[in-house]
Amino acid sequence: MTDKEAVAPAAGDEGPSPAGAAVSEPDAAQSIDKTSGPTGDEPRARTGVVERLTSWRALLFLLPALLLLGVLVVYPIVYTVWRSFYGKEVSNFVGVDNYKDMFTDEATFTAIKNNVIWVVVAPAVVTSLGLIFAVLTERVRWSTAFKVLVFMPLAISFLAVGVIFRFVYDEDPNIGVLNAALVGIHDIFKSPSEYTGARPRDPQDFVNQSGTYTTVDPVSPSQPVPLPLVGLPQTKVPSDAAPAATSVTGSGVRGVVWLDFVPGGGGQPNAVDPNEKGLPGVKVQAVQNGNVVESTTTANDGSFVFASLTSGSYDVRLPSSNFAAPFNGVSWLGPTLVTPSIIASYVWTWAGFAMVLIAAGLASIPREALEAARVDGATEFQVFRRVTMPLLAPVLVVVLVTLVINVLKIFDLVYVIAPGSTQPDANVLALQLYLTSFGGGNNQGLGSAIAVFLFALVVPAMIFNIRRFRREQQ
Amino acid sequence: MRRITRTVPVLLALALAAAACGGDDDSGGGSTTQAQNLKGQKIEVAAVWTGAEQQNFQQVLNGFSQKTGATVTYTPTGDNVSTYLGSKLEGGAPPDVAMLPQQGVLVQFADQGSLKKVNSDVQAAVDANFAPIWKNLASVDGTLYGVYYKVANKSTVWYRPQAFQDAGISDTPKTWDDFVQDAKTLSDSGVTPVSVGGADGWTLTDWFENVYLSQAGPDKYDQLSKHEIPWTDPSVTTALQTLGQLWGDQKLMAGGASGSLQTDFPTSVTNVFGKSPKAAMVYEGDFVSGVITDSTQSKLGTDALMFPFPAAGAQPAVVGGGDVAVIMKDSPASQAFLQYLASPEAAAIWAKLGGYSSANKNLDLSNYPDPIAKAIGEAVVKAGDNVRFDMSDLAPAAFGGTVGKGEWKDLQDFLKNPSNVSGTAAQLEKDAKAAFQ
Repeated sequence: MTDKEAVAPAAGDEGPSPAGAAVSEPDAAQSIDKTSGPTGDEPRARTGVVERLTSWRALLFLLPALLLLGVLVVYPIVYTVWRSFYGKEVSNFVGVDNYKDMFTDEATFTAIKNNVIWVVVAPAVVTSLGLIFAVLTERVRWSTAFKVLVFMPLAISFLAVGVIFRFVYDEDPNIGVLNAALVGIHDIFKSPSEYTGARPRDPQDFVNQSGTYTTVDPVSPSQPVPLPLVGLPQTKVPSDAAPAATSVTGSGVRGVVWLDFVPGGGGQPNAVDPNEKGLPGVKVQAVQNGNVVESTTTANDGSFVFASLTSGSYDVRLPSSNFAAPFNGVSWLGPTLVTPSIIASYVWTWAGFAMVLIAAGLASIPREALEAARVDGATEFQVFRRVTMPLLAPVLVVVLVTLVINVLKIFDLVYVIAPGSTQPDANVLALQLYLTSFGGGNNQGLGSAIAVFLFALVVPAMIFNIRRFRREQQ
Repeated sequence: MRRITRTVPVLLALALAAAACGGDDDSGGGSTTQAQNLKGQKIEVAAVWTGAEQQNFQQVLNGFSQKTGATVTYTPTGDNVSTYLGSKLEGGAPPDVAMLPQQGVLVQFADQGSLKKVNSDVQAAVDANFAPIWKNLASVDGTLYGVYYKVANKSTVWYRPQAFQDAGISDTPKTWDDFVQDAKTLSDSGVTPVSVGGADGWTLTDWFENVYLSQAGPDKYDQLSKHEIPWTDPSVTTALQTLGQLWGDQKLMAGGASGSLQTDFPTSVTNVFGKSPKAAMVYEGDFVSGVITDSTQSKLGTDALMFPFPAAGAQPAVVGGGDVAVIMKDSPASQAFLQYLASPEAAAIWAKLGGYSSANKNLDLSNYPDPIAKAIGEAVVKAGDNVRFDMSDLAPAAFGGTVGKGEWKDLQDFLKNPSNVSGTAAQLEKDAKAAFQ
């Protein structure tokens, strides 16, 4: 971990900062500056001094920087690479076995897959959002206030961001604000069923089609059908419910739907006991050959009668609309949605960063170019596409590449937000590195191998950044 | 898990301390400590306890001073006992007596030769007051090194009596079959019976251990702990099937399996005892009482009661833990102190103050300040030799103590798909093999 962290921030810091700023930065940044040659923006006087110095004197001045670099950057990298060829114990040389393990291990494979998703999605979304915010706020009066607002999440520690979003995404609508909103909106359009959770006493007597219960045995008009339900709290029984009908008179298919549970226990299953209440307003359907021939709702004592169905045999059906479970929101941190959810929290955090950099880029675009285009009759959109975007491209690339490096190392948000049960589904390389090295297995050999792999992934982005930076200086 | 078991008893102690203020009668007889005159002798005792627990333990120490005339000083070790004691040993100034919170630490120091043997008086006191298992757990290679003074009970199911009443369940379940039956009755009455904190893998390992210990017996439990029998053993698959009776029925768990996997341990407790309860029962160790008093409005003893984990096999069993007192500097006073800790009178002092359970079988249960503390302590004594320590704590961390790995993950997968008994057993075996290398 040390290796990439020690190097990457240096490259990241340099990207956005204007040329020359790096000179004042200590060791790491300075050394990269050195390699970029004397043609940079360094003060001329200093270049002159260097020329006059003998080589050993130059070395003397470089020594502190080299020493620090060596101890803090080079040594950890070399040691990590060396360590990755050893097993759990340092004494146990295993060759490239760790690398083989890494690519055959399912957990690491998930981590790689998720990292790919992260790298493809997160920087692109953050940059586009930042671009949209920057362009839209450019000419708004309160743009500074808006920018401060969007930028603010970046001032929060990522651990805190993780904790916040752990709550935002909580599955319980009483805790998770996102699910609370979803449930609220859902219930406006579709109110929850009255008898949520109720179910027949003997499930084997019914065919259950996703919550719609149909009797297995055909029902004839000669005998009332008992339809005992359980699983409904007494508190959910409507106040107008009357004691369940013990006998339903009349002709036609008839029966009674009641809550077959005496408060406080006792009572006969499948029989109407004195203290048991009928369930009013339950929708009941009579079915023949799979077609609903008639439907009705129960009376206050739970009884129902299909007066017209006096002969033949029917099935009685209780449609699922009676019992549908309440909508409880979305499982944001379940196995399927956990990675997109965490990416969304990342976007929330970093959009401000992209916006501020892109806004700075926008401000430096020469007004004349835009005015010229407008005078030539270009529409606002054409101005944006053909003039603003090309002039802004370098800044966009800086933001994108910085974010790519940043996203490759993502750790804290995943570690904090994903619950234990879906952490394996949300796994990313840096987390896998940590878990392998310190989180139980204590296999620092394999952990080092993952670190080397992660480093190899970050290097191209860094080289790209350094090259571009050098080109800009020339 | 250790973090929780260590911090929560503090809360428990705080909660129960108030109740303890009432009865303060003397414990009376049963003393095995001979009245030695140790005036002028000084011993230092080190333990993890701070705050209310430290105050309560101080009372125990005062009892010893009054009895023998010896001066006892207490030193808190901080959270990491083995590191603290290691550095003290390195410096040549260990405390006379230390309370070790894990059996692993006892074995570690005994193997180093840092612990002193107890004398015959202490041996006799341990033999007289404890089931043989506690002697075994405090022994390394047949030599007794310590006294288990304070124990934890992880075989407790906490429930809402109102829900049981509404469903007409008059008696708490004693066996697993009754437990499942009662769960179904509760479900019929319209209350979800159980809240499972499946987002934390360790709660699931505790479920498994309780079922397994009672069903397969302590011998098998020991073998499986050391991975001497494979996880594909029929006893394991039977235990998984038993668990599946509950975990396989979606309507018996708050939120079903997927909801359980999103529920962490504290939430599983508030699901039962919080403002709008979602379930009637929650299983975890005695530290649940701390969560109840700390984060819910429910009152222990009236809104929240506890029954011992139902026996899945022939005998009740207790999964637990404990703090063992060991001697690091040999002296008559240290030996006398251990002998004192093994006595019922020492146990009675803290028992009255609350937040404490003892394995001392001669401790009068009336010393516990409330019915819950009494039931927890009683279950430990009743289980006798069927007490075992948490299996997953004894296993290598990669298997028994890592988020998203080993036993934690395998049991979470099992909760997701409880019909996959053989596949789960095979996966457990595969992971155990890798971790126990």
